[in-house]
Amino acid sequence: MKFLLRLFIIGFSLLLLWQGIVWLFKLPPYILPSPILVFKTWYLQSGLIWQQTKPTLLETLLGLVFGSLSGMCAALLLISFKPARLWLLPVLVISQAIPTFAIAPLLVVWFGYGLASKVITAMIMIFFPVSTAFYDGLRRTKPEWLALAKTMNASRFAVLTQIRIPAALPNLASGLRMAAAIAPIGAIIGEWVGSSQGLGFLMLNANGRMEINLMFAALFTITALTLILYYSVDWLLKRAIPWQKEQN
Amino acid sequence: MQAPTIQLTNGALHFANETIFENLHFTLPAASFTCLLGPSGVGKSSLLRLLANLIDEKNAYISADISTEPQINLQENIAYMAQSDALMPWLTVLQNAMLGARLAHKANKQQRSAAIDLLKKVGLENHLEKYPDELSGGMRQRVALVRTLLQDKPVVLMDESFSALDAITRLELQNLAAELLADKTVLLVTHDPLEALRIGDQIYVLSGQPAKLSEPIVPAGAIPRSTTDAALLRMQGELLQQLKNAKTIA
Repeated sequence: MKFLLRLFIIGFSLLLLWQGIVWLFKLPPYILPSPILVFKTWYLQSGLIWQQTKPTLLETLLGLVFGSLSGMCAALLLISFKPARLWLLPVLVISQAIPTFAIAPLLVVWFGYGLASKVITAMIMIFFPVSTAFYDGLRRTKPEWLALAKTMNASRFAVLTQIRIPAALPNLASGLRMAAAIAPIGAIIGEWVGSSQGLGFLMLNANGRMEINLMFAALFTITALTLILYYSVDWLLKRAIPWQKEQN
Repeated sequence: MQAPTIQLTNGALHFANETIFENLHFTLPAASFTCLLGPSGVGKSSLLRLLANLIDEKNAYISADISTEPQINLQENIAYMAQSDALMPWLTVLQNAMLGARLAHKANKQQRSAAIDLLKKVGLENHLEKYPDELSGGMRQRVALVRTLLQDKPVVLMDESFSALDAITRLELQNLAAELLADKTVLLVTHDPLEALRIGDQIYVLSGQPAKLSEPIVPAGAIPRSTTDAALLRMQGELLQQLKNAKTIA
């Protein structure tokens, strides 16, 4: 509750500051619309915005699920097979070194204007944080647990499933939280470089027609979407990993 | 299974440029508590880890003949208990106690009731479903002791298992160990002479570099011995002096 109150206070102060700047410098709405105008637009255009939110939401969720799954599989492959460590790790780093923005147009050429290219853009952005966070966790299992398992003659599979993976879950959770925060960015980038629907498409269109108020309304929708997604994932993870105590 | 006598002959262990010990002969008599004392860094834990097959051979040169009487496969017949309790934070007390069976995919009702009985015996019957985070250090080490016992192995290797506990809890755990491990061949590495004198059927001191074993010290009386026994306290004084000397030489 305290958290929600804080969030509200922060948001409200920022809006107040914004409204103050618009008043003070008498800015026209095509440069910087006032928050009141933006909310009016949001309310009046809510049908259009919701219609454009649906594809973006779908792309984001699919990108999040497939990106996280592929990241987790890569981490498990890395920890289980030495050749995978030698050959896949550099690929992983390269995947992160290539700027997603630069290859997004290529992805549209290869996978089309539709859903697939956006999901793949989001996947590429998510893959690295999830796989490295999980792999790090899998690698850093406490030596005393591994020693104990060894004296119990546990199989490699039992050690992986019953010790390494549960021990790495807090690390995986950090990766997934980050993934939740960047998945919508992936979808929006995909929409910017080529699409016929979605919030990114709506923003570009509104920008082209100098409807800055509509652009801001779309921007707020994306922000709200990201916040909801992040805190839902955070909430789920905290319940799934109850032994990870927060230490401040 | 009958507890074996374990004999290590011509034991040698080298790390990088360092000789920990060579030409070492060491016997663990069947069904008795052997305590190993020594100044820190002398290699007493390494000796225990050698028996437990826990030394990474990438960084070490090991050569040793280990034989048992009756003949058994030592690797399959040891239970290991370290200074850290090594409890898994995602498992409850009961699940942690049954770790050996769980890792072998052999956890069953029989194991479960055996685990509950033992946990009762060490006074944890009200904590079966708790997570390790909710327990004190002494309670956690009790769970580790139960986990070790449930493995039901004839040989138990304990590496400073009670060192991290406060004095009173340590005495309690020593009593429990002496009672519950009575029919097993036990090696306890410790830096506490009093602990060795309380529960050791025989005590060795490891000292020097390369390390050498002392003649065995065999205190009188059955374990666990009383801490107020005058003879025991005198021996503690002598052992402390011996350890102090060993440290100045090293």
